Amino acid sequence: MRYQLIGVNHKSAPLEVRERLAIPESRLPDTCRDLTSYPGIEEGMVISTCNRVEIITHTTNGHADLRGFLHHRFHLAPNELDPHLYEFREKDAVRHLFRVAASLDSMVVGEAQILGQVKEAYATARAVGAVRGQLDQLFSRAFAVAKRVRSETAVGSSSVSIASVAVELAKKIFGTLQGKNVFIVGAGKMSELAARHLMAHGCGSIFVANRTYERAIGLAQKFDGQAIKFEDLYSTCDRADIVITSTGAPHAIFRREHGEQFLARRKNRPMFFIDIAVPRDVSPEMAKLDGIFAYDIDDLQQAVTTHVADRRKEAERAEAIIASEVEKFEARVHTLDVVPTIVSLQDHLETIRQAEIDRVRGRMGQLTPEQEIAIEALTRGIINKVMHTPITTLKTAAKESEATTVVDVVRRLFNLQVKGKDAEHPATNKDEVGSRQ
Amino acid sequence: MPLLWLRFALACYFIGLVYAFVALTRTSDLFSRIALHAASLGMVFHFVSITELFLSGQIVWASVHNGESLLAFLSMTFFMVIYVIYKTTSPGVVVFPVVFFLTFVAAVDQQPVLLTQFVSHKGWLIAHIMLIFTGYAALLVSFGASILYLLQERRLKAKKPTSLIAFLPALEVIDQIGYRSLLLGFPFMTLGLITGSVVAITAPSIGHVDFLDPKILLSVLMWAVYMVMVFTRWNSGWRGRRAAFLATFAFVAALAAWAANYFSAIHRFAAS
Repeated sequence: MRYQLIGVNHKSAPLEVRERLAIPESRLPDTCRDLTSYPGIEEGMVISTCNRVEIITHTTNGHADLRGFLHHRFHLAPNELDPHLYEFREKDAVRHLFRVAASLDSMVVGEAQILGQVKEAYATARAVGAVRGQLDQLFSRAFAVAKRVRSETAVGSSSVSIASVAVELAKKIFGTLQGKNVFIVGAGKMSELAARHLMAHGCGSIFVANRTYERAIGLAQKFDGQAIKFEDLYSTCDRADIVITSTGAPHAIFRREHGEQFLARRKNRPMFFIDIAVPRDVSPEMAKLDGIFAYDIDDLQQAVTTHVADRRKEAERAEAIIASEVEKFEARVHTLDVVPTIVSLQDHLETIRQAEIDRVRGRMGQLTPEQEIAIEALTRGIINKVMHTPITTLKTAAKESEATTVVDVVRRLFNLQVKGKDAEHPATNKDEVGSRQ
Repeated sequence: MPLLWLRFALACYFIGLVYAFVALTRTSDLFSRIALHAASLGMVFHFVSITELFLSGQIVWASVHNGESLLAFLSMTFFMVIYVIYKTTSPGVVVFPVVFFLTFVAAVDQQPVLLTQFVSHKGWLIAHIMLIFTGYAALLVSFGASILYLLQERRLKAKKPTSLIAFLPALEVIDQIGYRSLLLGFPFMTLGLITGSVVAITAPSIGHVDFLDPKILLSVLMWAVYMVMVFTRWNSGWRGRRAAFLATFAFVAALAAWAANYFSAIHRFAAS
C-alpha cells in the first residue's frame, strides 16, 4: 500500500489554478511517462478533467516528491500551487480514488461522467505502460466500487447534471425556454448533453459551430439543427439566446467587443453563456456586460449546491459502502503483501531440504524407489509441520495493521530476499490468495 | 364609515408591507400566500370604503386624501392583475409599501383638502383623475419591475444561489411586466394630461394658463421622461441599469408633479 495521490479539484482550487494545471488529452501519455520516470515513482497515472487534476502513483517508499513533480512539470512556484493541493497516502489515497470514481467527490454528486473520464485516463496510462500491477489492482477495484455504489444507492438516480443545472438557470433568465435558440460552440459530449436537455425543455432551433466543420454538421444533424462555419461564429451568434461553449481554445474566444456587438444586434435582449471549457471561452470582461450572463464551470458548481443537499442522505450510504470497500481493499493488499514472503519462505526451506537430501544420499548409497518416496514424504512432512505456524501467523497478520512488522521479522529470521513482490509472481499469488478468500 | 373601512384596509396592507421587507431576505411560500390574502381582503375593504363614499355623495373628487386612496386602490388592482397573469407576488416588494403609505395618509385624516378652483366640467375632472391615476399606478409598477429586474440581474450575475433568485420571477418575466405596464400606462398618462389641460383651460376662474407653472412644467417633464423610456425601450431595448435609471427619474418626476400641487397656482389644494 504505497499509494500516493496529489491533486486539485473544484473545491480546493479556483478555476484559474485548474486552468493552468489542465493537461490536454493529447499530452496525457507523455505526462504519464514523465511521471513514471520521476524518482521514487513506480507506477503513475493522471486524471485531468475540467473539475480536477489528480496524480495517482504507486511509489517505491511511500514518500515520493509529487509536489516537486507538479512544480517542475507546470513551472509553478510552490506558493502559487501548494495552498490548493491535497495529498493523500495509502488508505486515504485509496478512499479518495474510490470516492472520485463513485462520483461522491464530483461537483454534481452522482453524475456518471466522471467514471468514464477515470476509465479513459486509466486506459491511456495503461497503454503507455505507466499502470501495471499495483495501480491496476487499485483501479479495477475502484471501478467495481463505483458500480456497487451506483447500483446500491440512489446517488446516481435523477442525476442533477451540469446540463440540468444549466436548464434551470436558463429558466431563471428566460422564464420559458419555448422558442429560444441554442448555439453550440465546440462539439463535445458535454455540450451535446446540455443541448439535449435544453431541447427537451422546449428550446427552438439549434446552431452548431466547430473548428472541424464536418463534426459541426454531424452534431447539427442529430438535433435537426444548422451547422455554422467557425469563421461565421461572430456574425451569427447573436441569433442564439443560449450559447453552450466548450472549445479547446487556449484563450477566450468571446471577448468584450463581441458581447457588445451581439447585444447591439439583439436590442439588448439577454444572452446566456454556458461556458464549460477549461480554460474558459468567455472572457471575464465580456461576462461583466449588462445582459450577458456567463456561467463557467465553477459557477455551475455553486448553482448545484442546493441540489447536493437533497442527495446527502444517499451520499451517506455511499460513503459507508466506500468505507467498507476501503477496508476490504486494504486487507486484500496486505494479504498480497505477505504472499511473496510465504512463497520465498517455502522456496528457502525447499532449497534446504533438497540440499540436505543430496548430502545424505551420498552416505546412504543406492536407495530403492520406495525408500526415495519415504524420505521425500518424511522431509516434506517435517517442513510442512514447521512452516504451518509461521504461514498461518503471516496470513492472520496480513489482515491486521501489524502485517509489515511480522513480514519483516520473518524475512529477517530466515534471511529472505523478496524481489519485486507479488507483481513478479502473479500466477502464484492468485492461487494462494484464491484459496484463502 | 368609509374611513373605518379604509382603516381596516390599512391593517391588511400592513401585512403586505411586512411581507415586502421580509421577502427581500428570505422566501416563504406561506407568508406570500398570507400576504396575498391579506392584500385581497384589504382591497375588499378599500373598495367598500370608496363605494360607500361615492354612494353617500360625500365624495369630493378633487380631494387629496380621496385621490390618494383611489391611487392606492388602482395600484393594488394593477398588482392583482399581474398576479393573475404571472402568478408572482414579487412586485409587492415595491407596490405594498407605496400602497400602504398612500392609504395611511388617506386614512389618518379624511378632512377634504379641496382644489381652490371651481371646476365647471365635472366629467372631465373625473376622467382626468382616473386616467392620470391609472397612469401613475402603471408607472409605479413599471418602476417596481425595473428595480426588481436590477436586483435579479445582479443576483444572477453574482452567481450566488440565494433565496431571492428563487423568489423573483425569471428575468424576462420581470422585464415583460415592466414593459407592458409602461406601454399600458403611457396612453393613460397622455390622455390624463390632455383631459387635465381641458379642465384647466375651461375652468372659468382661470383667465389664462401660465405655462411656467410648476405643475405644468413637472407634468410635461414627467411625460417627456415617460416617452423617452418607451422610446428607448422600443428602439434599443434598454433594460437593466439604464432602464431602472430612467424609471426612477420618471417616478421622481411623477412625485414632484404630485408635490407641485402644493405650489401650483392652477392646481392648488387649499386647506379647508
